[in-house]
Amino acid sequence: MPVNLNEIRELFFEESFDNLDRMESNLLDLENGNVDDELINSIFRGAHSIKGGAGIFDFEHIISFSHIMETLLDDLRHGERIITQSLIDLLLRSVDALRMMVSALKGNSDYDVQEVQVCQDDLQEILKAPLEKAPVIQAASSPTEITTPHPNEEEPSHTEEDFLPSVVDKGWHIVFKPDLSMLKTGNDPINLFDELACLGKLTVKVDTSQVPAFPDLDVQACYLSWELTLYADVERALIDDVFEWVEDECQLDITPLIPPTQPLGETVSSLQNGKEAVPAVDKNDKSVPPLEKNDESALEKGEISSVKTEPPPKHTVLTHNVTHHATEANSIRVSIDKIDDLINMVGELVITQSMLEQIGNNFNSSQTEQLRDGLSQLERNSRELQESVMRIRMLPISFSFNRFPRLVHNLSLQLNKKVELKLSGEHTELDKTVLEKMSDPLVHLVRNALDHGIETPAMRQAVGKSETGTLHLHAFHQGGNIIIQISDDGAGFDLKKIRAKAIGQGLLNQDDHPSKEQLYDFIFHPGFTTVAQVSDLSGRGVGMDVVRRNIRALGGTIEIQSKPGQGSTFRIRLPLTLAILDGQLVRVGKEIYILSLLSIIESLRVKPKLVNSYTGLAEVYRLRDEYIPILRLYDLFGITPNTTQLAQGILVIVEGENQKMGLFVDELLSQQQIVIKSLENNYKKIPGISAATILGDGSVALILDVAELIQLFHAKTKTQASHSTTFMDSLL
Amino acid sequence: MNSDTTQTADKYLTFFLTKEEYAVDILRVQEIKGWSQVTTIPNTPKYICGVINLRGTIVPIIDLRLRFNLPCQEYGAMTVVIVVKVLSQDAKERIMGIVVDAVSDVYDVAENEIKPPPNFGSVINTEFVRGLATVDEKMVIVLDLDRLLNSAELAIVESLSQ
Repeated sequence: MPVNLNEIRELFFEESFDNLDRMESNLLDLENGNVDDELINSIFRGAHSIKGGAGIFDFEHIISFSHIMETLLDDLRHGERIITQSLIDLLLRSVDALRMMVSALKGNSDYDVQEVQVCQDDLQEILKAPLEKAPVIQAASSPTEITTPHPNEEEPSHTEEDFLPSVVDKGWHIVFKPDLSMLKTGNDPINLFDELACLGKLTVKVDTSQVPAFPDLDVQACYLSWELTLYADVERALIDDVFEWVEDECQLDITPLIPPTQPLGETVSSLQNGKEAVPAVDKNDKSVPPLEKNDESALEKGEISSVKTEPPPKHTVLTHNVTHHATEANSIRVSIDKIDDLINMVGELVITQSMLEQIGNNFNSSQTEQLRDGLSQLERNSRELQESVMRIRMLPISFSFNRFPRLVHNLSLQLNKKVELKLSGEHTELDKTVLEKMSDPLVHLVRNALDHGIETPAMRQAVGKSETGTLHLHAFHQGGNIIIQISDDGAGFDLKKIRAKAIGQGLLNQDDHPSKEQLYDFIFHPGFTTVAQVSDLSGRGVGMDVVRRNIRALGGTIEIQSKPGQGSTFRIRLPLTLAILDGQLVRVGKEIYILSLLSIIESLRVKPKLVNSYTGLAEVYRLRDEYIPILRLYDLFGITPNTTQLAQGILVIVEGENQKMGLFVDELLSQQQIVIKSLENNYKKIPGISAATILGDGSVALILDVAELIQLFHAKTKTQASHSTTFMDSLL
Repeated sequence: MNSDTTQTADKYLTFFLTKEEYAVDILRVQEIKGWSQVTTIPNTPKYICGVINLRGTIVPIIDLRLRFNLPCQEYGAMTVVIVVKVLSQDAKERIMGIVVDAVSDVYDVAENEIKPPPNFGSVINTEFVRGLATVDEKMVIVLDLDRLLNSAELAIVESLSQ
């Protein structure tokens, strides 16, 4: 393969994943009963683009696979085949298989050939099956319901009006012979054909027999004529309209196509006989031509009750992974609005710059005011520019949420639970990197909620709840943060169980009385699980610690709220972006450190009489009705401070991981926006430090990680006296 | 290091630490700069001076004297920092600065002229030394930068191992 194809190759992979994602979500929409031409078309286009893209690179297996998919989808598109649950399942499986193949190609790895083959065989089998055997679809289930019920659970009357024959072959045959001079009048046949193609499916045959030998060729003459077939149920007037402008410049012959092979009467009678399963499409299906719709009333009279329904499609339980591969693509698609904003902003910046240049060219003291204005304008411009550049990296969280309907659908089948998934706030935007890194933790939390949170229908009924559990994913902005909430109305956490388990694992002493928050904290402990039985889904006690670690790595926090019997809520708080934070500069000795403003609760001067000492190892500060441990930063970092007297410095009360701590520093400096620079690029992670930044004077300052500082502090106190830590904990 | 199999000589930049002359592959040297104020990093060994801002990137500075347990020297206007590229095990390129006494010269040294260092038993650690070469009747110590700057405290620890 030529080297210059590599770049296109990347593009192909990226587009394919996009297409696959779209196909998947469209299929799920179909499943929810929103049968719509546009959806089917969109799925078809997805398969088609993948096939086309794969063609460039000779990815034979992808071409052949997507070709079969495309054929099937094409049948669906033309209403020649009927959408059924099993078909959707098969298509979803095919999407997975394609995704597997594409990612294998991308990562130069192997994929499960057998699985793809099975899927391909299934597809082919369906294609081979005669059309009229297409099984009956169940009617639209309520859109909010994720678990699709079996067709025979449907009320018969529900499907009554949905039965329509699907095979349509109607249209026009057009012979179009333009005069030689037609092109000279500015008419281009291609435009006419385009217009016709808008009306329906168009096939074009060109007749080149009139083209003269090259020396005799008049480049401005039109020697071609066309034979067109338009498959669409449209009035002749519409076609005449298309040719209106060229009428007198051509020979036009429009004849209707042979009417449908299967007369309507037969369809109705077959319905009445009820011997055959009759294909059905949703009433909303716009592909159904009006002619058939007129006859709907006739159809409705058919004996619907006698229609044989297909046995409920067996749900193939999809055990293979649905999780998307973390395709950490290195490019991003940006909406044109954002780019336009950016261009406007740059325009303003250029204006400001030229204004300042003008002032600077012959500056005298009378212009000070002007200069000041100019500078403040420059400041505003650069801030806006910064914001809009940041926005480019923002993606709506729906990118992540969209996979959950599928996941919940599969899991609920696997677990035999009824779950309704609610998504809200999908348009909340957050940084692309954050979004990508949050995907896996979210999947984990959703799995957990389904597996442990929501009870089985029987159990739910026993406690007087509705059979169907609700899982709600909600995202919204709060302050400078994004909050993602995952709530279920399941059993909630059993604090007693957690406590017992914690004691059992030696994490807690028998006579400790930790707070609710601290008990919840054990859930994030590696290897901690309250589930008696390990399932393939969860219960091994790995995962929650990884979830928290990932969230922490993004500078976020996770909290649990739970009421026994009423459900639990995981609340993830994430920074809007990873690149910039609002920071508070603090000084200890000669060093300047930065604290994220979000972690600071308040700063205060220490009143010595409120400082108490514990067993000589630690100090606590009484702040209103709380005792807060004091962390002397100079001590932890081993630097020389200006003062070791608490009364002479500042105590910054910070919070991390549900714990408060008083950081003792020499002085508070300014607050400013901090551009985060990685320390790990050239060095490595340092405990207690999250990153670095460059200050206005060009020097480097370190950004403190409050949660880690607290851990460091605990570790330090622990080494000084092993029992004091738990004692301290119980005070927090 | 790019160990060329051909007999063409590679160029090495040499520098002094006390009276000893050390050499590094010149292709690894990004720039040579003067001393600038560093930001110290808490709870790190003494030989890690801290980090500096090198045109927008944060670059750690390592004092080679302290790394080799030589007596330390005051930093000042004459202190030289050689900014080098280091490859870690996973072929990730990192930029680091090493503090040396003075930069000396650039020599051509052929691969076969670099002799393995003599064995001192466990008294002297020769782990970071690629070999010894003789240039103009002097001995220079050829350093293995990747080994040196990926060892111990400098090793990359996966921050998010899952």
